[in-house]
Amino acid sequence: MKWFWYASPETFYPLAGTMARASAVAAAALALAGLYVGFFVAPTDAQQGEVYRIIFIHVPAAWMSMFLYLVMAFWAALGLALNTKLSAMMARALAPTGALFTFIALWTGSLWGRPTWGTYWVWDARLTSELILLFLYFGFMALQASIEDQRRADRAGAVLAIVGAVNVPIIYYSVQWWNTLHQGASVSLTKSPSMAAAMFTGMILMALAFWLYSIAVSLTRVRCMIREEK
Amino acid sequence: MLEIARALVCRDLRLALRRRADVATALLFFVIVASLFPLGVGAEPNLLRAVAPGVIWVAALLASMLSLARLFADDHADGTLEQMLLGAAPLGVVAAAKAAAHWLVCGLPLVLLAPLLALQYDLPGALYGTLVLSLLLGTPVLSLVGAIGAALTLGLRGGGVLLSLLVLPLYVPVLVLGAGAVEMASAGLGGQGQLLLLGAMLVLAAAAAPWAIAAALRISSE
Repeated sequence: MKWFWYASPETFYPLAGTMARASAVAAAALALAGLYVGFFVAPTDAQQGEVYRIIFIHVPAAWMSMFLYLVMAFWAALGLALNTKLSAMMARALAPTGALFTFIALWTGSLWGRPTWGTYWVWDARLTSELILLFLYFGFMALQASIEDQRRADRAGAVLAIVGAVNVPIIYYSVQWWNTLHQGASVSLTKSPSMAAAMFTGMILMALAFWLYSIAVSLTRVRCMIREEK
Repeated sequence: MLEIARALVCRDLRLALRRRADVATALLFFVIVASLFPLGVGAEPNLLRAVAPGVIWVAALLASMLSLARLFADDHADGTLEQMLLGAAPLGVVAAAKAAAHWLVCGLPLVLLAPLLALQYDLPGALYGTLVLSLLLGTPVLSLVGAIGAALTLGLRGGGVLLSLLVLPLYVPVLVLGAGAVEMASAGLGGQGQLLLLGAMLVLAAAAAPWAIAAALRISSE
């Protein structure tokens, strides 16, 4: 039953502080390394020139936006199943960060689209599904905000997050069949990456930095929530 | 269990019959929204023919969503919902029956009205079948998924607007596939693929949504 030792907000509070600080430091270091590799080491792209370098923000942000939704749904489901307050707090703390990364992915995507596709916005499959993901995050946060009873808010949010998580792949594929213009994924699990090793390293470093940043801010947010409840 | 479901559906249909104005409002909304588009985008027949499936589907989506806010509100207000929660019938069955009644009252009329709107848009006659079939498969999904949102926002301030924020993103696949089926058919490719996927989504929603609705109802009324 060691698992539940940290399920209590009181015991988790100091641990969250240590983890948040360590993650923040690591995130800063990795982001510096990633940006250095991205700007100085990675070669210029043969077709897109220097413009492509926004990939080091764009792709990790897009990865995190989808990943964080699943993590959020996981914590929400755990909170619903085990009735642990801390899990619900984690879900609540992750939502704004996920929405932020979704917004960053959309924003950098449109900045990247302008020079390469010649337009800020196209109704392309991945852009559209990212936009809908942003709406899903907003829906989760709006539902949480409009219910005053925190317990009900957490449980209602959990149901919505689970329904959303089931829907995310359906939305993704339905939109993909609808319309696609986006370049194929640069990195996939089944193929070796179709890009230079330095570019790949930069992207992975930035993704790790974003991931650790998410841990740091969401744990800090959880600490604030624990304080508020006291 | 089927007895209970039938009794609930009959009760909701009877209630809807007593308040015909509510049903009529949603239907009128559907017709008006669809009629506004030609005024906005211009009455060029080719353009209208091109946008017809999308416009009819979006109008159906909005009309079906408008009536969702009332799905559980009356039962919640007069205490019937509490009795349903306490009753012996599985709540999932109750939820499925409520969603089915909502579809019969608000979804089926949309399906039946759609050919009339398609006429306004001069949609080729060969596409009517696909349009009606896609709506027939898609609108029950809207009722089932929408009922989750309706149950979650039960009794909240500004529930109606919140409901649309929760539910509309979840409606996207239905819209894409539904309007896509008609567009594929009009391109001469046949819309069977999209229709089959819509059918799959209906099966998935019918199997999973009632339990999500039940969980949401328990959360909202505890």
